[in-house]
Amino acid sequence: MSLNIIMSLVAVVVLGAIAFVGGSVPGLQSVFGIWIPYAAVAVFFLGFAYRIFKWAKSPVPFRIPTTCGQQKSLSWIKQNKIDNPSSTKAVILRMFFEIVTFRSLFRNTKSEIKGDRISYEWEIWLWLAALAFHYSFLAVLFRHLRFFLEPVPYCVKIVETLDSFFQVGLPVVFASGIVLFAAVLYLFARRVMIPQVKYISLIADYFPLFLILGIAGTGLYMRYFLRVDIVAIKTLTMGLVTLKPLIPANVSSMLFVHLFLISTLLVYFPFSKLMHMGGVFLSPTRNMANNSRMKRHINPWNPDLEFVTYEKYENDFREKMIEAGLPVEKES
Amino acid sequence: MDIKPEEMIKINTKPPAKHWMDIPADLSEGKFCYPAKAKSLEYLHLPNPRDWSPADEDWKLPENWQQIIHEGFKERLDKYRSLKVFMDVCVRCGACADKCHFYIGSGDPKNMPVLRAELLRSIYRNDFTTLGKIFGRLAGARKLTPLVIKEWFSYFYQCTECRRCSVFCPYGIDTAEITMMARELLNLIGVNIHWIKDPVSNCSRTGNHLGIQPQNFKEIIEFFCEDIEEITGVAINPSFNRKGAEVLFVTPSGDAFADPGTYTFMGYLMLFEHIGLDYTLSTYASEGGNFGLFTSSDMMKKLNAKMYHEAKRLGVKYIIGGECGHMWRVINQYMDTMNGPADFLDVPKSPITGTVFENAASTKMIHIAEFTADLIKHNKLKLDPKRNDHLKVTWHDSCNTARAMGLLDEPRHVLNAVCNNVFEMPPSTTREYTFCCGSGSGTNTEEIMEQRLRGGLPRANAVKYVHDKYGVNMLGCVCAIDRAVLPPLMNYWVPGVEVTGLHELVGNALVMDGEIERTMNLRMEDLPGAEGDSDE
Ligand code: SF4
Ligand code: SF4
Repeated sequence: MSLNIIMSLVAVVVLGAIAFVGGSVPGLQSVFGIWIPYAAVAVFFLGFAYRIFKWAKSPVPFRIPTTCGQQKSLSWIKQNKIDNPSSTKAVILRMFFEIVTFRSLFRNTKSEIKGDRISYEWEIWLWLAALAFHYSFLAVLFRHLRFFLEPVPYCVKIVETLDSFFQVGLPVVFASGIVLFAAVLYLFARRVMIPQVKYISLIADYFPLFLILGIAGTGLYMRYFLRVDIVAIKTLTMGLVTLKPLIPANVSSMLFVHLFLISTLLVYFPFSKLMHMGGVFLSPTRNMANNSRMKRHINPWNPDLEFVTYEKYENDFREKMIEAGLPVEKES
Repeated sequence: MDIKPEEMIKINTKPPAKHWMDIPADLSEGKFCYPAKAKSLEYLHLPNPRDWSPADEDWKLPENWQQIIHEGFKERLDKYRSLKVFMDVCVRCGACADKCHFYIGSGDPKNMPVLRAELLRSIYRNDFTTLGKIFGRLAGARKLTPLVIKEWFSYFYQCTECRRCSVFCPYGIDTAEITMMARELLNLIGVNIHWIKDPVSNCSRTGNHLGIQPQNFKEIIEFFCEDIEEITGVAINPSFNRKGAEVLFVTPSGDAFADPGTYTFMGYLMLFEHIGLDYTLSTYASEGGNFGLFTSSDMMKKLNAKMYHEAKRLGVKYIIGGECGHMWRVINQYMDTMNGPADFLDVPKSPITGTVFENAASTKMIHIAEFTADLIKHNKLKLDPKRNDHLKVTWHDSCNTARAMGLLDEPRHVLNAVCNNVFEMPPSTTREYTFCCGSGSGTNTEEIMEQRLRGGLPRANAVKYVHDKYGVNMLGCVCAIDRAVLPPLMNYWVPGVEVTGLHELVGNALVMDGEIERTMNLRMEDLPGAEGDSDE
């Protein structure tokens, strides 16, 4: 299992090295700075759409929500509308909490046998780390809009201000980048340190962690240590979005590493577990109302099947039924 | 059981050093359910009937079994979005791992829901994903070999389809759904278990899992009525297969067959008599349960079809269903879709209180706990909960009614009206967090007793907690499988705790018109202090 870790790490290091070398060769800069990113973005969007389409193509034959609270029944019994929704509105609420606050993960407990007792303790760390990871990633992404929009929109500036709230001195330190890095480290540590989780972990679990670690790491490195030329980077990124790509002089090779790892992530995304981002919206145990007794749910492939009808049954047992005084349809 | 409870609870949670793909499933005697008999499969027209044992080296699979599995898998991916999404989105966060009672009770990593799903997912990757095809094991894929089939057989029958894992998964991945698919695949090549297939074939023929023939079914109920008369002095004459009744009542046949379910059945009969309900029982639709759910959706549909078929023939207005777990998963989530629309029935309306059950507006079938809770709320029952005073009761939510329906407070309302001493188990083990009895989904068979006791450990341990703390001596439930399997479970882990259905408690507390002074409960045990405890 440790092999999975080593191979994932090596893969990311090799990818980084390729980009570093490539980024130092003037002739290859446009490959790493322009063409690969373009291709990666295309693969990402097309791949993402393809995957969603593929899921959506399969029907949902049955209404199978996991009910996590009291159903709607008698008027005086209080329904748990969010965890056992019976209307579309409530389903939207349930999904909102699931996607925005990771409600199910929040329930996490840890079971432990102590002597002759099993105890279940609330285990909040996974939830916290997951939340920290996803939201800091989102904040970092959002802040990066600065590189792709001119003038920089007001909302991006607000996020930057909030993000640097704990600022003391210069340069401006953004909490999100650091939280992201730390959260990924935690998720990695957890994966390695909890024996059960380590036992089930695949390369597909370590690789994206290292990849994101690499992306965040190169980003932090460029910003706080290399103090790279932001203007040059923005020239490059604006060139990309305006479809007039160019490679300005004096861009750091580290930027090519950063870009290449991001490109890798974009290409990898649609073909990996990272698609949980799209899949969570389509999960039938969460996105359906528990109302199948109120409203008939239709299965598009509902098969016509032969079953043992009453007639067959009576034919089989008629005499015994008559003898026992049970009513029958036909006397013989 | 040779192993003592003190020993069994010492569970090693350390995963083995070897990769799970390299560890074959243990299929020694006692570790597997016996396979279905050839004649059951033949009767049901199912593939590959033969006599074999899981302990054999050669399982006599059909020649093209790999192709059958591959095509069956593909077909199901195209038919079920759930399967496709669940195959793709798991991030192996492990949140579901220690939520499964089988994992808690065995420590076997393949009983972690996530790894259980990987057993199937690894084949999915190999057969249907590019990365899996190219990178093989590095991408978590593996080839389909006979060992994989053996492993599936072992571990997909160590999942009771309880859905507890699904409550905790951030994407709602329901390993029960995955298990259902895996069992369907195994069925395609004739790998199934007798404890499911025998009831299913019985049910097809006689109308119920236990194979009770019509005349015997009637006799059994009449026998209950004799007991009721002896205990209460009230004579009851329920009708069978009667056309024109207002209500068809369907309950799992387990209640007709074995204690303590029988007392629950007596409770139903007494309740209906007391309120003068115009109802009938059917010998043909004499099974509420549906072991098809544990086999394949087709089988589920065929068995379930009888209820509407019979309701239509008899011309009843609606159906009331008895206390059962998986039966209610089928009724709540599958019945109307599979065998509806029930446009020949009316929206259920209580003839006593006038309550219209809008929540069953389409399916036209209500749960007896809903019906009884409504009666009690409207003060339509005369109850003497003191008769249950010698009991200290705790409440077990059944997996299916909890997590595939949400029937949580209705039975509690009834329970609190008929018992004075009710104590809840710790919240992490009740309601939507409830733990399985360990023997659900067709695994309540003797030969795997150790597996069942291990799987039932978390439930039993929570009962032990209230037993030690409050002196709880009765475990209540609304599930026929529970009533059959919890007694041995309690016997092993928490001796001194008995098991009851909800309507047994109702029957005991119910003050019927014209009844004699009760000196016995429905089990014909003397009521403590009966003489001094007159009813009126
Ligand atoms: S909780 Fe869900 S996502 Fe996490 S390991 Fe289990 S099934 Fe996979
Ligand atoms: S459905 Fe229940 S038995 Fe099956 S894996 Fe999930 S928790 Fe375990």
